Amino acid sequence: MSAIPLVPEPTAALPRLRSNEGLLSWVATVDHKQIGILYLITTIFFLLVGGLEAELMRIQLAQPRNTFLSPEAYNQLFTMHGTTMIFLVVMPILIGFGNYLVPLMIGARDVAFPRLNALSYWLLLFSGLLLYYSFIAGGAPDAGWFAYTPLSEKPYSTTPGLDYYAVGLLASGIGSVAAAINLIVTILTLRAPGMSLRRVPLFVWMVLFNSLLIVLALPSLNASLVMLLIDRQLNAHFFDALHGGQPLLWQHFFWSFGHPEVYIMVLPAFGMISEILPVFSRKPIYGYGFVAGSTIGIVVLSLLVYGHHMFASGLGFTLDLAFGLASMLIAVPTGVKIFNWLATVWGGAIRFTTAMCFALSFLFLFTMGGVTGVMFAIVPIDKELEDSYFVVAHMHYVLFGGTFFAVIAAFYYWFPKMSGRMLSERIGKINFWLMFIGFNLTFFIQHFLGWAGMPRRIYTYDNNPGWDWMNLVSTIGAVILAVGVLVFIVNVFVSLRRGAPAGDNPWNAWTLEWATTSPPPLYNFDQVPPVRSRRPLWDLAHPEQPDYQPPAGQGGHNQ
Amino acid sequence: MIQAEQQLGARAGATPASDEAGREQLDRFAAMDPHKMGMVLFILSESVFFTLLILAYLLYRAAPAVANGPNAKTVLDIGLTAIFSACLFASSGTIWLADRSLARGRDGLFRFWLAATIGLGGIFIFGQGQEYYRLLTHNVTVSQNVFGTTFFTLTGFHGLHVIVGLIALLILLGLALAGQFKGGQHRAAVETIALYWHFVDAVWVVVFSVIYIGAWLS
Repeated sequence: MSAIPLVPEPTAALPRLRSNEGLLSWVATVDHKQIGILYLITTIFFLLVGGLEAELMRIQLAQPRNTFLSPEAYNQLFTMHGTTMIFLVVMPILIGFGNYLVPLMIGARDVAFPRLNALSYWLLLFSGLLLYYSFIAGGAPDAGWFAYTPLSEKPYSTTPGLDYYAVGLLASGIGSVAAAINLIVTILTLRAPGMSLRRVPLFVWMVLFNSLLIVLALPSLNASLVMLLIDRQLNAHFFDALHGGQPLLWQHFFWSFGHPEVYIMVLPAFGMISEILPVFSRKPIYGYGFVAGSTIGIVVLSLLVYGHHMFASGLGFTLDLAFGLASMLIAVPTGVKIFNWLATVWGGAIRFTTAMCFALSFLFLFTMGGVTGVMFAIVPIDKELEDSYFVVAHMHYVLFGGTFFAVIAAFYYWFPKMSGRMLSERIGKINFWLMFIGFNLTFFIQHFLGWAGMPRRIYTYDNNPGWDWMNLVSTIGAVILAVGVLVFIVNVFVSLRRGAPAGDNPWNAWTLEWATTSPPPLYNFDQVPPVRSRRPLWDLAHPEQPDYQPPAGQGGHNQ
Repeated sequence: MIQAEQQLGARAGATPASDEAGREQLDRFAAMDPHKMGMVLFILSESVFFTLLILAYLLYRAAPAVANGPNAKTVLDIGLTAIFSACLFASSGTIWLADRSLARGRDGLFRFWLAATIGLGGIFIFGQGQEYYRLLTHNVTVSQNVFGTTFFTLTGFHGLHVIVGLIALLILLGLALAGQFKGGQHRAAVETIALYWHFVDAVWVVVFSVIYIGAWLS
């Protein structure tokens, strides 16, 4: 009847590429599990690309007056490294986990808008390809991931790189907003009976508020990019001082997105940690209400503190003070979380699996980054250390030591669910120690490089006291870190073939995703277990002592 | 595995995955229409987008380059735009009437008000096109000065949103003519698009006030 070949109705949850449905079913899929896995594969690919860019920069900086890279190439590399890691790795890898896990955790069949979900993913992939096409089209963007005007305007950056930057990020931004709307509607309307908002797993809660933050913050980036693109392509004057525009407007608009973005890149990681720590401590999360509630504080505050990125631009005393205070304040809800996690682990029967090792090191590394973050809220310290390697160290402790270590923990924790096989613990421990040592070797010393006055974003440097050996140490650390990441990739490939079968619930965890098979069937659940508390699988396994019936004399705080 | 699932199901309280009623009883979010909720969130994000464009316009309104070059006071036709704006404002009323007709099962009336909404929106876009043509032929362009830059960006993005809305309304009309909404079926689709159309209208209330009434008062 129809001349258009129809996509066959899927029959398997994860069809093999060589099977009959094969490639077509992966390209045409609207299943949240397949799309989630596509997200993860794509982001890991871009992680390797962005990591390679970082390694090239570290090789260039290994010794003073090195000539490995030209200044032009270095500018393109640090711009693409930052842009890739933020927009093509950290943000979408968290959306990918959300995509895969949220419907399973709330007992739903799929997300609310499966086709929109597919659109979000394909926008991500093609925005990444568009961004990288700039290398062939005449030069990659070279004005930093934040593309400050006027340096990103046509007279200062004549290659088409920044046009690709604007169009690429616009596409990925639209995809992120669509994904966020999808996740919010899914969480609010598709929860299984009994799964009230006070009982959802904390990962789901974090994804909910993270998505809300994406909906509120990403349009600021989109609007800024549109203005930059109109300036560059139609000779307009938004940020053009010569014709009455104000270059500083870009900084206001960009950071009004850019600071919430910092939290967009960490909130779901908080959720992952809140799932992993309790399971491997054999205790329920301590202070569920506080961990959940403090997230609302973070979302509200994160929209009010962007000015701390702009102290150096001379906002004036009043604004400096206001933004400085608000920025210190945001450490409070974050600190609340840290203490609740510590209390969760405290006195628990801890199992040091690889996932737990990564999760515990998250606590340590993220707190390090958080402490230096509070330092930057102090205006004089900020003005002293602004644009030095201290900032590089701070930001990598939060994003790499924080978010990315949580993401690796999440891979070790949920890979068995996704693939049906365990990741090797033996390789996992090697993976962990290489990454932990490599990471700290690379970035801890950069705090001191910053104190010693080394600025960011310079392609080479003179042999100033201490700069040479500290940079060399950092480069050696970066190589170890890269090996650690490669060991992780090897572990995935080895374990996909030879990993031990996982079973439904290898970790004895308590949330709904572990009630179904590994990997879950096409429709996720035949029967959703009854949800009467925050730990439905605990209730199932311990009918004699369920969470929803606290022992006599104790409060029912866990309901 | 299937066995284990059957065991799960056999326990008291287990619910089939397709238990819609149990879901909706959960809380008031769970009882909401997902399409309308999605549209509200989309509108939230678009509001932030337009807020930045409006802020940029306001920031440059008093810039010296604008005072000495073409600006809202000297080049815009406020009277004519007010008439076209009235059409857009009226279309919010007609789409409300369309939805009400649908709810009462009056399909003919529904199609009439839907077509009227499209007509009014079309008149607005025609008016905007005319204003753009006049400005561009008088050498007021996006690259002329910051007034041109911010004016064309702000009103242009609004115009694009109107056009997208018109396309959505035309699809609704096509579906209505094909009998898709008989007896109030799929009313959520109409209500979702109506929400978007009200938003486009509301943005123009702000934009018209900021640009045109602002210029008239200054």
